[in-house]
This record gives sequence, structure tokens and C-alpha cells, in this order.
Amino acid sequence: MRKAATVQELPGVSQSKTEVRSQAFAWSDLASRLRPYLYLAPALICFVLFFFYPIGSIIYLSFQDWSLINLEQMEWVGLQNYQDLMKDGDFHQVLGNTAVFTIATVGIGLTLSFLLALWLNKKAKVYGIIQATVFSPHIISLVSVSMLWMWLMDPQFGLLNAGLEAVGLPAYTWLTDPKSSLLSLIIVSIWKGVGYNTLIFIAGLQSIPGDIYEAAALDQSPWWRTLRRITIPMLSPTIFFLLIINTISSFQAFDTIAIMTQGGPINSTNMLVYYIYEQGMDFYNGGIASAASVILLILVGILTAVHFLVMSKRVHYR
Amino acid sequence: MARVVLEQVTKAFQNQSVVKGLDLVIPDGSFTVLVGPSGCGKSTTLRMIAGLETVTDGKIIIGDQTVNQLPPGKRDIAMVFQNYALYPTMNVYDNIAYGLRNRGTSKKECQVLVEEIAEIVGLSDYLKRKPSQLSGGQRQRVALARAMVKKPKVFLMDEPLSNLDAKLRNQMRVELTSLHKQLGSTFIYVTHDQVEAMTMGDQIVVMNDGHIMQVATPMDLYQEPENLFVAQFIGSPPMNIVAAEGKSEHVWGFRPEKAVLLPAAVSAIASEEMWSARGQVVSREILGSDTLLHVETEKGRVIVKADSEAAMQVGSSVTVTVPWEYMYVFEKGSGKRVGRMSGRVPVSTRAGGDS
Repeated sequence: MRKAATVQELPGVSQSKTEVRSQAFAWSDLASRLRPYLYLAPALICFVLFFFYPIGSIIYLSFQDWSLINLEQMEWVGLQNYQDLMKDGDFHQVLGNTAVFTIATVGIGLTLSFLLALWLNKKAKVYGIIQATVFSPHIISLVSVSMLWMWLMDPQFGLLNAGLEAVGLPAYTWLTDPKSSLLSLIIVSIWKGVGYNTLIFIAGLQSIPGDIYEAAALDQSPWWRTLRRITIPMLSPTIFFLLIINTISSFQAFDTIAIMTQGGPINSTNMLVYYIYEQGMDFYNGGIASAASVILLILVGILTAVHFLVMSKRVHYR
Repeated sequence: MARVVLEQVTKAFQNQSVVKGLDLVIPDGSFTVLVGPSGCGKSTTLRMIAGLETVTDGKIIIGDQTVNQLPPGKRDIAMVFQNYALYPTMNVYDNIAYGLRNRGTSKKECQVLVEEIAEIVGLSDYLKRKPSQLSGGQRQRVALARAMVKKPKVFLMDEPLSNLDAKLRNQMRVELTSLHKQLGSTFIYVTHDQVEAMTMGDQIVVMNDGHIMQVATPMDLYQEPENLFVAQFIGSPPMNIVAAEGKSEHVWGFRPEKAVLLPAAVSAIASEEMWSARGQVVSREILGSDTLLHVETEKGRVIVKADSEAAMQVGSSVTVTVPWEYMYVFEKGSGKRVGRMSGRVPVSTRAGGDS
């Protein structure tokens, strides 16, 4: 079509020259409009394939009664799966556990990391060594970390109880008692994450220009006010970033639970992602698992949105 | 109001001395400028006075008090930093009020003081803005206001104008000078720019390699440099240095504007009246009111400041002449000034020198 147009555009060949030219113009216009999408296509295809399609299908599957062993027998049940979840006491406990675990891990973990960063943000070699030591759990796989802590927390042969007994304290139940099991997982999770968080905090602290602190010293600023009025506001983008990624990763805790407790004892350490896995893979309740996944997605979405709304007003970007 | 005295002040970083035994009196109410090339120790000296660096050895006295052990906040000083060092998360009002609040000034009083200062520096309309929303000049004013509001005995300024463009810099220079007159406090100002030093200071301290080279008023510094370093550091272009005739342990120096260029055709200068050297113009810099002519002479390369109308072109043969009374004499090794020439004979203007 385009070639024909060029031929006809030769001088004196066609009467409908203007018409053809405008058509040719429209073609090139279209091409230039499409070009950006063409460039974006690989990314968009991946995004649709690995993001929108799974989300769409999980939502679809959450309205079905199905199981992995018999995929042909799929039955539309509407909101039944959600209703079942809402009535399920175990699921309520799972939500509660997840909330407690997330708040404790993020709250205590970030506070601890921040204090460590303040302490380690100095030039001497020894601080670098401590920093590397604190960071090392981050590069160990969660499976190894879990195995390590299971041994440390063993009620009879564990190092932790040996230590407690050595200083005259009674042995602790750790993972074996529903009262202490969630706390044990929180400790492991904080221990694993504190190094990474500290590293990011230190990077944030080091990006604050030193002369601001000198100006504060000249302004007779006491250390706690310097911390509250200068350091923390200057660090707000870092805090914001860590808050979001830590919340999301705590919400999605799985490996430690799977290895250390399998959700027990008596459902006391069961959390959302492990619950989904359990429903889908162990109990073959595909529909329930899908519905719980959708709830997880919504909760994480809401949390992130709230973070953004609340924090964006208080975060200072230079 | 206070004078600042440094007694044998020394600073070493990891065994490397940066400031080497300074003795200096900064009179009460003076505008003292510390000037020197980068790395000469001027900023370190200022930071020691501020208390931001510890003193390795010696004493710093502000008013009647030795301040070596006092933290910066207790020295009754204020400092303006090169990069302003404003608190980026606070608005202009809080930036200015922060120091006052830390001293326990009441909220009400704070407001009165801040608004008064903001009025003086012309920031009244910007009190609610964050530093990132201000121009360089406005930030500079916030930094100044923050220092002024504390009504300190001594103002310390570390190259405060170096981040401003040329026009604004000239304007701020004038403003700072008049501010100093208004406040009557002691100003200690660090710069590497000799023009800033000459135009603003009433006492200039020229430093090099951790030592004080000379302390003098701007005019004395220019006309009576005590050594080769000062002679070449102060003045743009610097003093010309040529080999002394007859005495090998001396060198001679003259200011570029004191030389007169004569066409080579006019020769036979009576050497009783003037120093002269034949040469060729190798380059020309036109500055507007003046022209700088670089002349390669038989006695060395020199720069001559001439009237713009001077017709000397690159390549023309000339004779550079300097009346003997404008010729300075320095010792070759130490660089110490010996005196001036009188006719063909050096005359000592200062017995021994006091540097």
C-alpha cells in the first residue's frame, strides 16, 4: 500500500495525489504513535504474563471449589470460600499471629537496627568488623538459619537454655510451648534482618552532611534534640523504605515457620503464607488457599497504601 | 564584643602539622580576614576557634576566657559555613530560631527576634519555606540570619561567598562590610580570594603552609609586603620578580602597574634613574580598563599593566622600565624583604623585619 503511494506521488502521475499523501501521512503518524509501545512491549508482556495473569487467575480460582489432585472438578461456589474463612477460628488466629509477628519484627527490628547504626556509624576499624558480623546472618540462607536456631533453642541440649541455667535462670520452653513459640520466631526473624537494616541505616546516616551537625553543635543542640529534629527527619526516606520492605517481608514469612514449627504448636505460629501453603498443598483446599491469597494481597496493598499516605507527608526528600 | 587571641596554636592530624604555632591577636570589633592558598591552615584555624577541631597545642582565648576545653555551643560565637549548612528539614523560621530555642529563649521572644532579623536580611516573606525552595543568595542570608540572631561576640565565616555567582558575591561583600559596621562585633573571615580579603578586611592575616606570613592592613600588605610570598600572593597580577643586579643573594621585585613600557626605538635609558630591560611582547590580556602585557625580557619574563590604549601589539619590541623607588629588594633564600632601592643602592626600610 505504501509503495503504491510512493509511485503515485511521482510528479504528474495521479490526480488524487493529495488524498494519497494524507493517507501516507496517517501511516507514519500511526507508526510514531505505536513506537513507544513497541519499545515497552517486552516489559509489558512480562508484566501481564507474570503479574496480571496470576492475580486474575487467583481471584478467579478463589470463587471455585477445587483441589490440586483433581483439576477437572472445578465448581463455582461464589463467595463461599471467603465465608468459610471468615467463620474459621484458625484463620482468625493466623491473622492475629501475622499481625503480632509483623508489628513486633518491624518495630523491634528497626528500632534495634537504628540504635546499632547510630553506634556503628564511626570510622574506627573495629566498628567495620562489628558491622560485618551483624550483617553476616543476612547472607546465610533462611533454611540454615532456621536449623541453627532450632538447635540453639532446643529445650534439652540447646545453647540458650544452657546459658540461662548457667546464670541460675530456669530453662525456657522456646518453640515447644504455644506461649513462647511465636516469640521465638520473632527473635529469629529480627536476628536475621537486623544486619541488612543496620547497613541501610548506616548508609543513610552517612549521606547526612557533616556540617549540619557542626551547625547544630554551634547552636547548642543537645544530642536527643539533634536526633529528633535533624537525624530522624533527614533519615526519613530510609526509614520509609525499610518500613515498607520489612512489613511486606514479615507478612510473607514462610521458611522459618515451615522448617522450625510447621505452624505449631497448636496453630500458635501459623501465619498467612504458611496457612495458604498448608491449605493448598496439605489439605488440598485450593479454593480456600486462593481466597486467603487474595486476602493477603489486599492486606499488603492496604498496608502499603497507608504507609505511602501517612509517610509521604512526613518524608523529607532532598 | 570580644577580642580573640591565639597563643602558639598548633594543629596536627596524624602527626602531620597543619597549623604550626600561630601567634595572633584579633582585636575586638575588627574585621579580620585569614587568607592564603588552599591547604595553608586558614580553615583549620577558624574551626579551632569555633571549637569544631581540637587544639593540639597552644591556647585560644576569646574575651578573657581560655576556650580550649569549651564545646562550640558555649563559646558565644556563630559561624557561617561555606555550604551554609542549613537544616534541610526545617523551614527558614525554624532554621533561624533553632539556636535560640536551644538556649531556652521563650517562644514569644524567639518570634520577635527572628522576625526582626528576617526583616534586616530581607527574608520576611520566606519564613515558611524550606531551604531547598530558596536560591543560593537567599540561603546565604538564612545562614547569616541564623548567626546574627544569636548576637554572638564573634562571627566566624568560612568562605561564605564562594558558592555565589560573581555579581551576587560583589553585592554580598558590600553588605557584609556594612553589617560589620552596624553590629560592631568581631568578624573572622576565611577566604582564598585576595580580592575579598583586600576589600573587606581591616586586618588581613596572610597564611602559608601553617605559618603566618604577615598581619597588616590591606594597604600595608600591598605596599609593604614583608616577604616574597606576600608580595606574590597579594596583588593581581602578582609582583614581578627579577634577578638582582650585582648582588646574587638578593632578588628584586616590582608591581606590574609601576612599570612603564617604551617602544624599543626609544632607548638609552639612564640606569641611574630607572631599571630597564629590553624584550618582546609575547601575549596580551585585555581587562577593559587595563591591558596586561606579558613581556619576555633579557632579565626574565614580566607582566606589565598598561593603559588599554597602549598600542603595543604581540610581537613588538619594547623596553620595560621601572623607577628605582618602586623596586623592592628581597633576600633570595628566606624571601624576607630587605628594603627598597634608592637609585642603584638598596636601602633597608625596616630594621631586621618583624615577621
